[in-house]
Amino acid sequence: MPWDLKPDRPIYTQLVEHIELMILSGVYPPGSKLPSVRDLAKEASVNPNTMQRALSKLEEDGLVITHRTSGRSITEDSEMIKKAKTRIAREQVLEFLEKMQKLGFDQKEILSIITGMIEEVRG
Amino acid sequence: MTPILECNGLTKAFGHKKALSDVNLKIDHGQIVGLLGPNGSGKTTLIKLANALLTPSAGEIRISGMTPGLSTKKIISYLPERNYLNDWMRVHDIIGLFSDFYEDFKPEKAYDMLKRLDISASDRLKTLSKGTKEKVQLVLVMSREAELYLLDEPIGGVDPAARDYILETIISNYNPEATVIISTHLISDIEKVLDYVVFINEGRVVLSSSVDDIREQGKSVDGLFREVFRC
Repeated sequence: MPWDLKPDRPIYTQLVEHIELMILSGVYPPGSKLPSVRDLAKEASVNPNTMQRALSKLEEDGLVITHRTSGRSITEDSEMIKKAKTRIAREQVLEFLEKMQKLGFDQKEILSIITGMIEEVRG
Repeated sequence: MTPILECNGLTKAFGHKKALSDVNLKIDHGQIVGLLGPNGSGKTTLIKLANALLTPSAGEIRISGMTPGLSTKKIISYLPERNYLNDWMRVHDIIGLFSDFYEDFKPEKAYDMLKRLDISASDRLKTLSKGTKEKVQLVLVMSREAELYLLDEPIGGVDPAARDYILETIISNYNPEATVIISTHLISDIEKVLDYVVFINEGRVVLSSSVDDIREQGKSVDGLFREVFRC
């Protein structure tokens, strides 16, 4: 997954979102070890301080756990991961709904477009 | 903790022309700082004052609480804007020279970086291109374990691929206690790695801010720079 960073938003929030996505999509499975701050910073070509800040945020949210001696790992709490997934899903849907409203669709129309497309994809 | 670099009312005049006037600035440890400004804004003058290559006309500049001089040179690793290496020397001669000169110089680090950049240590400087010489200079500067790195236009003369490697070098050699100050006008290339920026124009500091604060307002550093310095 490439680290695609936008120039007009704080970098650490984008790092948080990116790492979250890697955790939820299984690039870093529950309980696995996370690379060091330095390695992650190098991979994303960002300042280690910024990466540190992003990881502290993930820790606060409970997705990442710091061990005193052996670095950081992903939480094994599947409930926690499920919650984070739901939160991101809601954010995505909200964004989508706002856009559709701007285009002038009402709830019913939006639903019928979605149902139609799901069937199309299913083929 | 004493700031690594502090300016109080710092002024430098060359005859009637003021290169810096009344600069007040505090830079803390453990940051990567962009010193950004158009050509002739006073970036190099500030860096030279920090290196004791110039003396202030008024006001003061302090490095970790000290007036620039012998003791501050031990903790500053400086990349000047021009090439100062002797052309007749070979790359490994210069590494030897730096090892003799600076207690904190790590030759193994230098050889390691040269290898990654595909530069042969037995080449004479005379035979290297301008961009390669710049890379050698940066390798020398980053191979010291200094408290303050002052890099005057480190990426100006090299191609974008080498630019990325240089930024990677700066990030991966960076120790969290040290501060790196990078002067440049190539902002979009480096803004990802900066914690803090100082905008300087016509010898005055016009803005100093953390990069996150700028982006919090939905602006990129590059965009803000274009706004502030619109011609």
